[in-house]
Formats: sequence, C-alpha cells, structure tokens
Amino acid sequence: MTAGLDARFTLRRSEAFRVDVALQIPPGVTVALLGPNGAGKSTVVAALAGLLPVDEGRVVLDGTVLDDPAAGTLVPPELRRVGVVFQDYLLFPHLSVLENVCFGLRSRGAPKDRAAAAGAEWLDRVGLGGMAARRPGDLSGGQAQRVALARALAAEPGLLLLDEPLAALDVSTRSGLRRALAEHLEAFGGPRLFITHDPAEAFLLADEIHVLEDGAVTQAGTADDIRFRPRTPYAADLAGFNLFRGTAAGATVDVGPHALAVADDRHRGPVLVTIQPVAVAVHLAQPTGSPRNTWATVVERVEDLGSRIRLQMGAPLPLAAEVTRAAMTEMGLEPGRRVWVAVKATEVGVEPGTGEG
Amino acid sequence: MVLGLLGLAVFVVPLAGLLARVPWARLPALLGGDVVTDALRLSAVTSLAAVAISAVLGIPLAWLLARVEFPGKRVVRAVVMLPLVLPPVVGGSALLFALGRRGLVGEALGDATGLVLPFSTLGVVVAATFVAMPFLVLTVEGGLRSMDRRFEGAAATLGAGRWTVLRRVTLPMVAPSLVAGVVLTWARAFGEFGATITFAGNLQGRTQTLPLAVFVALETDRDTAVAISLVMVAVSLIVLAALRDRWWGAR
Repeated sequence: MTAGLDARFTLRRSEAFRVDVALQIPPGVTVALLGPNGAGKSTVVAALAGLLPVDEGRVVLDGTVLDDPAAGTLVPPELRRVGVVFQDYLLFPHLSVLENVCFGLRSRGAPKDRAAAAGAEWLDRVGLGGMAARRPGDLSGGQAQRVALARALAAEPGLLLLDEPLAALDVSTRSGLRRALAEHLEAFGGPRLFITHDPAEAFLLADEIHVLEDGAVTQAGTADDIRFRPRTPYAADLAGFNLFRGTAAGATVDVGPHALAVADDRHRGPVLVTIQPVAVAVHLAQPTGSPRNTWATVVERVEDLGSRIRLQMGAPLPLAAEVTRAAMTEMGLEPGRRVWVAVKATEVGVEPGTGEG
Repeated sequence: MVLGLLGLAVFVVPLAGLLARVPWARLPALLGGDVVTDALRLSAVTSLAAVAISAVLGIPLAWLLARVEFPGKRVVRAVVMLPLVLPPVVGGSALLFALGRRGLVGEALGDATGLVLPFSTLGVVVAATFVAMPFLVLTVEGGLRSMDRRFEGAAATLGAGRWTVLRRVTLPMVAPSLVAGVVLTWARAFGEFGATITFAGNLQGRTQTLPLAVFVALETDRDTAVAISLVMVAVSLIVLAALRDRWWGAR
C-alpha cells in the first residue's frame, strides 16, 4: 500500500475539451495545480472529490481505489474522505458557523455534543471561536474562508483539496490569510492539492507545482524548475515572477548578494521576497530620486512577449524586468548591455517562510 | 391613475359590501350555530389533510420534475398544472368518473377495501388535494431549480449520504419555497368549492365545508352567510400576515 494520493485519469467535459492529469502526492506534501482560467483545474477537484466520475484511469488514496472505470469501481463522494475548500466556500447559509464546521462529523454519525466540541475546537484553531453562533452571511470573506477550511478539516479527510481558496479575498487581507493557510496546511498531515491561477500563491505555498493548460499538465516540478526552465509560453510568463529567499531585518532584507530596502518592515528572519517584473525600472545611467534600491547590472537575455519585452538581468541578482518595445529600441537594450535597475521599496513584497512548505 | 384606482376598487368594493352587511350584534350567536361550527371544523381538518397529502406526495413529485430527466416530462408537467386551469366542477366530475362507485379506479378500490370516496369526508380531502397540490408542486419545483446544487456536492464531500443531503441541505435551502407552496396550497384547499360539491356533495358535518355552507346559507339565511364569509376573510388575512412576517424574516 502506498500512502498518499495516486491519480492518473482522463475526463471528457465535451467533444473538444478533455482533462488529462497524473498526480502523485505523498502525505505531508502540498502540490499546486497552477493554470489559467478555463484550464480544467476545478474539473480535477470535482473528479478527485467524486463529484464527477472519470472516464479513464484510476484514482487511489492511501491504497484504496476510489475511481477505476475499467474495474467498475466508483466510491461516492460521501465515502471518500476527501476534504474540499470550494472556491466560493459554499458554506451552508441556513446553518450556523458551528453547525457548518460540525457538518462532516454529524454526517458520519458522531453524537451531537462530541461533534459540537470538536467543531468548537476547530473554530478556535482558525481564530474564530467567538463566531460559532453567527450565520455564514454575517462573515467577511476571510472569515468565511477560515470556516470553510475548518469545516473541511473537521471531517478528518485523508486528502485536502483547495480550489482557489484566496481568489475571492481582497488584496489587503490575502497575504495574512495566505500565511495562516500555510500554517494550517502544514498542520494537516495528508496530501494536499491546491488549485490556483496566481503564481505567487503556488510558489509560496506549494512544494511542487503542476502547470495545467488546456486540460493537460504541461510541466511539473519545483518553483525553480518552472521559473528557470519554463517549457511553455504560459510557464515562461510565470518565469518572469521574481522570487528570492532572504533574511529580513526590519526595513531591509538580505537576499544574498544584495540588501533590499523594503517598506514592509514587520518581518525578522527567513522570508520570501517578490517583485513584479513591471515594477523594475531600467536606466542607462545611475538613477536619482526616490527608488531605494538601485544597482548596476547587465542584461543577460531578452525575450519578446509580444506587447512587452522581458529582460533577464545577470549578477548581482537574477532579476526579471519588463519594458515596452519602444523603451528597448530607444535604450538599445540587448544582451551584454550594462544598465542600472531601480525598484521602489514599496514594490518589494515580503512573506515570512522559506517557500519549502 | 384612474384605472389603477378602479383596479383597486375591484378588490375593495366586494369586501366593503360584505363588511357593510355584517350583523355585528348577532355575530356570536350566528357563528355558534352547529351548521357553522361543523363546517369550520370540517374545513380545518380537510384543508390541513389536503396540505399534508400534498406535501408527502408533492415534494417527491417536484423533486422528480426538477432533478430527474425522463421522456415525456413536459406532458407530466402539463398534467400537474391542469387542475390550476381546469374549472373545478370539471375536476370534480373527473374525480367522480375515476373514483366513483362505478368509476375506473373507484369500483376496484371499493371491492378491495370497502372504501367509498364520493360523498364522504375523505372525498372532500381528495377533491381539495386534486385542485390544490399543483401549487405545492410548482413552487417547490421552482425552489429546487433555482437552488445552487453545488451545496449538495459540498455536503456529499463532508460525508453526507443522499438522505442526509436532502434533509439537512436541500429541504432547508428550499424552505422559503416550501412555506410559500404550503400556504398557497392550504388557501386553495380551504376555499375549494366546485370540485368538492361535485365529487363529495353537501352533507352537513360530513362534506359541507365553509364555502359550501356559505352557498347554502345564501339561499336561506343571508346573515349566516355573511358571518361565515367574515370568518373566512379573517382566517385568510391572518395567514397572509403570518406569511408576510415569514418572508420578511427570511430576508
């Protein structure tokens, strides 16, 4: 018996569209399924949860075959022990927050008081102990997300699926909730599959990333595999995402060869730093003015993305920048060209953690 | 504006006419008569029984129409809707031909169980159910159709089997439709006249419900007819008010 998830299946949604994936997720590992909208990510969730039967292949969880059309096996969702955090959470509007969290235990026949005690404990764990009697309609997006997570985990699943758990939240709360989510994922011992279209989330939360495009996995590997050896234009677009490991000391973060000034000065210790390529300004001479981070570097590679041009910089920091075609022509940007780059401290994102799950 | 007020008058004038004729002083005596109390009791029992039967049979039927694909579904829905547009007298006649002593089903039923529906209290319930159940089926079907079915999937991933999903998720989530359907069904059953008098007749204490009592009283004792009408208006208003509160509460 192999622990964890072993799924390899094909599911035809229509004549033209089929989803074809192979996923092996050992216990304690987070895999991100990263892809654009309409790539078939939610179909994968539905198939693993048992809400859509697969057409070919096998889904095996902890040695138990859940779906195998060739053998005529199909375990219904209620017997699968697959926990799902749905994209818009789907909290039952007619039940209280506590009743939502207890739902799984109650459905499996746990006595009311024991289920309520376990549910209350889960609510405490996600920091919503005081909200037990509320209705889901009274919750903020972030609170609803935590209730959905508690509801899925309280049912004691063997596999946890998260379908865009952060997509419905506004940007200001997303980073804090991403951190909390990382902790809860860590605490759940089983395999975890996390669906997202946001490369930052995939890079920050997952141990391994599968890129799903048009129903097929086009690349699988670690964040670095995908960033530095992209195999498709979509993955190459993700590759431009600047992600560095560093050590924070308040207003500066040491990223190895360089110390970056950051506006977010709350962090100490190991962090991940993100910089959007469009936030990197390129100059021919040393810039003056407000940007806190400027250094001299050399253009190593020039990629044509159509409307934009991606520049990959060399030492001291492998930074990607995006400029317009006009700017490239005007400045004569080509491999080997010496330039200055500038990044405002406010454009540097800082996330605690090592990015290794 | 003038047409709108005329439209309002269509509803207000009959009510005013009724209220103007109410013999307030004799009201308690009129309502205490055994014709009225018998009819009131019978109406209460039969209309509630019709609602109960409609719920037990109508919810599964609504579920079939909303959730299961089968050939001839449009025909089935048309048949369910028929009593809504059919003149009740015709409905009553149809019941008589089907369930009467010599009827299609009635004869076999009588032979097998000794049960005779026409001109019995049970017949009143059958007639009321026939004309009123479509309201329940259609409102519940609408509720089931407009419900987001992904909630049922979410419940299943949490370990809920089909019955648990139905009991703890589907029915509570269509509760507003269910309540509306029950009230409409009850109102229709409570006011039922044509099918009842055709199929069940007009026997005091057995098949004479409030509307039938009003009809008879109009011929003989106008004051009693007015008194019974007033009772029915009052009951209907109370139910309407209760429903309104319920709808406000759900928002």
